[in-house]
Amino acid sequence: MRVDTGEVFGFLGPNGAGKTTTIKLLVRLIFPDGGSARILGKSIDDVSMHQEIGYLPEQPYFYDYLTAAELLDYFARFHRLTATDRQTRVENILKKVGLETAKKIQLRKYSKGMLQRAGLAQAILHDPQVVILDEPMSGLDPLGRREVRDIILELKKEGRTVLFSTHILSDAEMLCDRVGVLVGGKLRGVGTPEEMVGIKTQGMEILFEVAEGKNLPLLAKATRTGERYRVQMPEEELYGAIEQLRAAGARILSVAQIKPTLEDFFMNLVEADRAQANAVEVSGK
Amino acid sequence: MKNVWTVATNTFREAVRDRVLFNLVFFALLMMGAAILVGQISIGIEESVIVSLGLTAISVIGLFIAVFIGVGLVSKEMDKRTLYALLAKPVERWEFLLGKFCGLVMTLTVNTAAMAVGLYLALWTVKHTLEKSDGWILVAVYLILLKLALIVALALLFSCFTTPFLAILFTAGIYVAGVFAGDLRTVQAVDLSPATMNLLKGVSYLLPNFENFNVMGAVAHGRAVPGALVRQATLYAVVYGAVVLAAASAIFSRRNLK
Repeated sequence: MRVDTGEVFGFLGPNGAGKTTTIKLLVRLIFPDGGSARILGKSIDDVSMHQEIGYLPEQPYFYDYLTAAELLDYFARFHRLTATDRQTRVENILKKVGLETAKKIQLRKYSKGMLQRAGLAQAILHDPQVVILDEPMSGLDPLGRREVRDIILELKKEGRTVLFSTHILSDAEMLCDRVGVLVGGKLRGVGTPEEMVGIKTQGMEILFEVAEGKNLPLLAKATRTGERYRVQMPEEELYGAIEQLRAAGARILSVAQIKPTLEDFFMNLVEADRAQANAVEVSGK
Repeated sequence: MKNVWTVATNTFREAVRDRVLFNLVFFALLMMGAAILVGQISIGIEESVIVSLGLTAISVIGLFIAVFIGVGLVSKEMDKRTLYALLAKPVERWEFLLGKFCGLVMTLTVNTAAMAVGLYLALWTVKHTLEKSDGWILVAVYLILLKLALIVALALLFSCFTTPFLAILFTAGIYVAGVFAGDLRTVQAVDLSPATMNLLKGVSYLLPNFENFNVMGAVAHGRAVPGALVRQATLYAVVYGAVVLAAASAIFSRRNLK
């Protein structure tokens, strides 16, 4: 698997698929039995490579006797920054992640979401070229998730490479140039979200309103929400359906293609993997 | 070495904020109580009682800190996963380990120095004066500190490959065995075969000989401590400590942090 410079790469997979294990291998928290990995052309065993990477662990936990400002200053010291530079960067990064007002509070008083922000801050504090984030949206409220998404997009704009793991597929669809799907420890696919799900439409969907009591055969297939009806059909039946609706005096609100989502693709892979595992188990018996 | 210093100062800060130095209050109370009591009941032996009691307290309190906090230096970071973000920085694992060691030794140095001041105050309260020979107390305190540093190194080593509970047991066990290492070398038992005797002797040389650092008896009675003994004990602690820390680094450097 290769992640190109400047791209946002999403690492997808169900729990236990091996996302965190892969990331831990990259940052030398665990060691491989075989194989090799390189970041920016340097072996992951080369400690100098860590000057250029930022890492956010999954569900981060930090020294709770420190304040956020102290924690960031502590981490910044390992990146050979001068005292003035450290102070400026810490101030700026705290502002960026929304912890400016809580910078003098000890981390033991932080909520899960605030710890996540502090974790993100320490990962990007030294302007790394490669940012590796393990479940960066985990534990965040919608506002926090939005802020993290904005930070990732900002990092991309600055030309940095971002690799992040997630099981929130909408985030991956929204942010990633490419995604890799890991199931059962194996990489099952790499590509853009569009490539992964394919471009073939699965049918059409019409959203419409119609007066009560109209004799409309389409209503038998439609689902109703309030005053509105939603009906799905194969593409070739679309014009016939529109004719029916016009004849009945219905108001067509929208006509849209039904496309498979990344979630569909993901679920298909996971289910195929489970089916294969079950088949092996049955034949083993 | 800058990374080692950064980790060490943070370890010291952790100890201060976790109120490790609060044990000094207990030591101060003990010394005040002893000074008052000894002044009332002892005749002529006030000084040796105070010095013995003070040095023993310095040693025992330091021992507790060295074992319990020493074991937690790495294991607590692994349990709480606080070292994950740190080890992804440009820091070698041996630098982290050495920094933790130095941080706790710094804490013990400050703690021991404060207790030594308390001991001198208690002594002054009893005698109303201090003599030149009382300076040997500082030598005894220095040797206690060397012993404590060695115990921290052992606690670190064990915590690198086993659970905190077992690491505490192993460190305490090695300490007790190390106190009797000298006796093991000279033991003469009629019912033991020569092979067993040689094995015991061999083991005794592997164990840290903590008796090398014990000059409490001499100092309590105002006797001088030979300079050669201090130099040998220092060299022994440095070499033995370096070997133990090197072993700990070798183990920790390949440990998977799951």
